[in-house]
Amino acid sequence: MKVTGNAIKFGDNVDTDVILPGKYLVLIDPRELAKHAMEGLDPAFPEKAKKGVIVVGGKNFGCGSSREQAPLALKHAGVQCVLAESFARIFFRNAINIGLPVSEHKGISAAVNNGDKLTVDFETGTIQNLSKRQSLQVAKLPPFILEILSDGGLMENLRRRLNKK
Amino acid sequence: MNISEKILAKASGKNVVHAGEIADAKVDMIMVHDLTGPLAVAAFKKIGVTHVWDNQKVVIILDHQVPAESVKAAELHKMLRKFAKEQKIRIYDVGKGGICHQVMPEKGHVLPGTAIVGADSHTCTYGAFGAFATGIGSTEAAAVFATGKIWLKVPEAIKINVTGQFQKYVTPKDLILSIIGEVGADGAIYKSVEFTGPAIRTMSMAGRMTLCNMTVEMGAKNGIVEPDDTTRKFLEGRTAKALVPFESLKSDADASYEKAIDIDIADLEPQIACPSSVDNVKPASEIGNVQVEQAFIGSCTNGRMEDLRLAAQILKGQIVKDGVRALVIPASQEVYSQALKEGLIEIFTDAGALVCGSTCGPCLGGHIGLLASGETCVSTSNRNFIGRMGSTEASVYLASPATVAASAITGRITDPRELEA
Repeated sequence: MKVTGNAIKFGDNVDTDVILPGKYLVLIDPRELAKHAMEGLDPAFPEKAKKGVIVVGGKNFGCGSSREQAPLALKHAGVQCVLAESFARIFFRNAINIGLPVSEHKGISAAVNNGDKLTVDFETGTIQNLSKRQSLQVAKLPPFILEILSDGGLMENLRRRLNKK
Repeated sequence: MNISEKILAKASGKNVVHAGEIADAKVDMIMVHDLTGPLAVAAFKKIGVTHVWDNQKVVIILDHQVPAESVKAAELHKMLRKFAKEQKIRIYDVGKGGICHQVMPEKGHVLPGTAIVGADSHTCTYGAFGAFATGIGSTEAAAVFATGKIWLKVPEAIKINVTGQFQKYVTPKDLILSIIGEVGADGAIYKSVEFTGPAIRTMSMAGRMTLCNMTVEMGAKNGIVEPDDTTRKFLEGRTAKALVPFESLKSDADASYEKAIDIDIADLEPQIACPSSVDNVKPASEIGNVQVEQAFIGSCTNGRMEDLRLAAQILKGQIVKDGVRALVIPASQEVYSQALKEGLIEIFTDAGALVCGSTCGPCLGGHIGLLASGETCVSTSNRNFIGRMGSTEASVYLASPATVAASAITGRITDPRELEA
């Protein structure tokens, strides 16, 4: 599983209220949610993300509420994956469960400039910064998480596994 | 093992578990609400199973956008009522429940030693009862609906030992804000936070719930307190189930902790979390002149009887300052009813505060009391993020019910001890 895109960087403690403000939680259609992705920090984000981007965050990315609408909004806005120094645990699980790849790597903020073109290979745990011609090795995701991601999310994964029984 | 490890070992059918290992845990109870439930139901329907694994172990609570603030919210509520009826699941509807984290223990759904997940980040509140409880998302809730199981990494633990006695008008909220200020918003990420010590033993269930509730604001997976007679007394008459012996829910003397923190609360002052991060904490006495347009007392953090009594004690015979809107929202219908019996509602209304029906309401900027640009709110809730309570250009300061009540009277953020002087 490999993704490519230009980096959009954010700082530490990006919370789910800025990723997707509470007033939009009554929206169900992911395309509607996507129009408000990152509205609390950058209302122009959905426009920038359209062509497929990689979000690079600092420490504690996705802290706060358990709202799954936050990773859903990012995914449907065009975010290919989120890389961060560290993640809040519920966001991390939610992202995987809806099929948005995430990877934690200390030092990622310093290694990437805004706009750098990145390729991330989740099977090998390699991040290539094509703009800087650098390569980073990150911790590989466990096989069962890769399986959920390659199925497209936990529901698809569960449906496949339960039907196999 | 510590308490959290003991509960996870039991839930995963093992004698022993260690921090770092993955526990495939059986879930004793799962809760979803009106903002996370609809996605969970939609996801559940995709799996291809017809019934939830155990309809006695699923609870739905309508609390975030109640009573329905829009047609969209009304449709979500309708969908959840239909699902509850089809699956014969317990649902707490408008007027019958209140805020999920208050209703779950009140109605006997939170028992010591159980493993509970909830599609809400403040599910960690139930650790106050000696349960292992953590927040999950909607899709994962759907997977639990189908299988009754969840994988959980056994967390490393931090022990917080609390000694001493609170000064007048200093509360568990001030303690947890001060801890978060020290530890940081990511200081307990993925970890378990265990509260222990003599000051915890003398603390009410309400206070323990406030502490555990906010452990997620430092990134924790769960907060937990060893159950005791205070726990037993709260649960009396609320559950027909036999409680497990509390002896089995004590951390072993040789339990391992990543770190231990000792806190003496004797000198603790009222604390304020300033915009826009919960770890941006200062003593109220050092806050300077911060004028407020709104003062909010409520939420799953501080909307309980003990909180309302404290606020009423300060607001009695006083008038909310002109230019300030004071909102009081009891955490549940039961709390509302008790506050009415004790005459607290009258104290609030006489003071010029607006008492609303139980809902999460302004805490998450969903409805009731949203903030305009440039406005400031002092709030007993749990988050002060940009845009949390309305406009992205509004400011939120978090404080105790005593501090918020005092601030409502003066119109600026006020150390409640000032009014005594």
